[in-house]
Amino acid sequence: MFEKIWARHVVAEGPGGHVLLYIDRHLLHEGTTAAFGRLARSGRSVRRPDLSFATADHYLLTSPGSPTADAETRGMVEALGRHTANQRILYFGVGDPRRGIVHIIGPEQGLTVPGITLVCGDSHTATHGAFGALAFGIGSSEVEHVLATQTLWQKKPLTMRISVEGRLGPGVGAKDVILAIIAKLGAGGGVRHAIEYAGSTIRAMSMDERMTVCNMSIEAGARAGMIAPDETTYAYVEGRPLAPSGEAWRRALAEWKALPSDADATFDREVQLAASEIAPTVTWGTSPQDALPITARVPDPMDIADPGRRESMTRALAYMGLSPGTPLSDVTVNRVFIGSCTNSRLDDLRAAARVAKGRRAVVPAWIVPGSGLIKRAAEAEGLDRVFVDAGFEWREAGCSMCVGMNGETAASGERVASTSNRNFEGRQGKGARTHLMSPAMAAAAAVTGKLTDVRTLGA
Amino acid sequence: MEPFTRVSAVGVPIDLPNVDTDRVIPARFLRKDRSVPEYSSFLFHDVRFGADDTERPEFILNRQPYRGARIVVAAENFGCGSSREAAVWALAAYGMRSVIAPSLGDIFHQNCFKNGLLPVILPAVVVAELRRQLHDRPGATLTVDLESQTVTGPDGAQHRFEVDAFRKEMLLTGRDEIELTLGFEAKIREFEARHSKEMAWAVPARKST
Repeated sequence: MFEKIWARHVVAEGPGGHVLLYIDRHLLHEGTTAAFGRLARSGRSVRRPDLSFATADHYLLTSPGSPTADAETRGMVEALGRHTANQRILYFGVGDPRRGIVHIIGPEQGLTVPGITLVCGDSHTATHGAFGALAFGIGSSEVEHVLATQTLWQKKPLTMRISVEGRLGPGVGAKDVILAIIAKLGAGGGVRHAIEYAGSTIRAMSMDERMTVCNMSIEAGARAGMIAPDETTYAYVEGRPLAPSGEAWRRALAEWKALPSDADATFDREVQLAASEIAPTVTWGTSPQDALPITARVPDPMDIADPGRRESMTRALAYMGLSPGTPLSDVTVNRVFIGSCTNSRLDDLRAAARVAKGRRAVVPAWIVPGSGLIKRAAEAEGLDRVFVDAGFEWREAGCSMCVGMNGETAASGERVASTSNRNFEGRQGKGARTHLMSPAMAAAAAVTGKLTDVRTLGA
Repeated sequence: MEPFTRVSAVGVPIDLPNVDTDRVIPARFLRKDRSVPEYSSFLFHDVRFGADDTERPEFILNRQPYRGARIVVAAENFGCGSSREAAVWALAAYGMRSVIAPSLGDIFHQNCFKNGLLPVILPAVVVAELRRQLHDRPGATLTVDLESQTVTGPDGAQHRFEVDAFRKEMLLTGRDEIELTLGFEAKIREFEARHSKEMAWAVPARKST
């Protein structure tokens, strides 16, 4: 599948195996505003504004009205509004009900479809690979390059297929699957690779769940992660505002059906996991690879032979304030965050609501929907009432506490049960301690005040 | 972009694997313009400085003679995580010209090339040995030569590295990549003409708003 998409987007061959790759979609957010400034200063303009789309998500607060915390960040959001207006780029800005996290609204608006190349100045762009698109994150210079030329010089990555087979147990979801995969591969295991996720477990997932899996590919080091399109994909895409329709839909569908990897396709690396071996999973350290079943204990650095790895684990435990041997389910939390491009879609909110229903949050717990439209859809189902009745805070769409750059952070030393994607030191605020987990597990932590096996709550 | 040909400078060993770009530059600094004079102080900020912004003596860049380092010798998967090019800008603002590691985060790796910083991948055992020498002889220098694709360690041993011919040429000349690509305009236009027929469905049906 990767090869098929790659081959159709080669504009020219360069030296050393580099190709000039054509980009079908360029998604922008206010964190990439600087690239517009450089473009303007060099007297260049946006080559294909009709293939570029923008929203504001990283720097907005998720309190009512989606304000910014200060003049500096307000300036960034306003600059994006100006640049996109000047360049005639469709912008889902503040006040637009379609505004939301860039990786949520691309699929939601039908911009993300199988077979295309898609880039964004954000490392979680692999999310869109869930549709069978080649999607990857780029840096600021590359954003400017795409704006100016609608292309990128790229070297073909290696390919890896990760097959997950079997039925997931109760209380186990897509987040647990990807955390288990990252723990198995290691944070650098996917470097220089494009991953294809396959197998019956993946096939059985909804699009929301598939996006959760692809989203965290970068946490295993892979710039791109993808899943072959199928009936689940087509059903999601059909009828979306910016998706192909009529004759274009029929032609697209015919091509999409030929996209999946051929039976004899070969990959540079193959990895297998059994769904039955995956439990509700939480992270204990400061890298997403530091993930264990909730039934496990905090690991002991003294059990590690490699000195570098041992020192790294010792450092992580010191930062996290954890002692070796402590059962993970004994770890108390100060705060819960349910949101981010990993876990803020409707399926995620439903899973959290099933746990929250009829219970009461004992620590501050935020629910941050991924987009304005998800917020509305959740309210139409009454999910907001479930959360509010259970003492959770129901907020506006945005990146919020995942990125630590908009003013919504945890305090130093605070321990957060979070559905986001990174537990790096300082990620959710200087000194903040992050435990990554699924929405159901985060909701369970909210109602018990500690890391909790959601299965013990009968959910 | 500043070209890269050959750099001889003090090397600083960073032993921790999986150093993420949040650690290289915390998110709260990403809003800052890279031209501000204090930009170099954002590098490794939260591990380099303690409360009230005093230096943490245990952090290696706060120790002489590592303070004057221009080459980072890192461990596995340095620069993983966020795509923030500011991680490279902060290294460059400090004066770093090259990062040597057994592996690098893919996006960080690409971002280096756009900013005149040479990323060098060498086998893990070689990099570990270079770090050991830099610990044993603080202030020892390395030479990174792009033309001959070699790193010369403090002990004088030479290690050859691979670099893509395309990236090598761009770094040696310091050429602007967008300028180069704009030279392919005819090819891009030709591709677009074909692509818009063959994959007409791939252009969003955007209604004027």
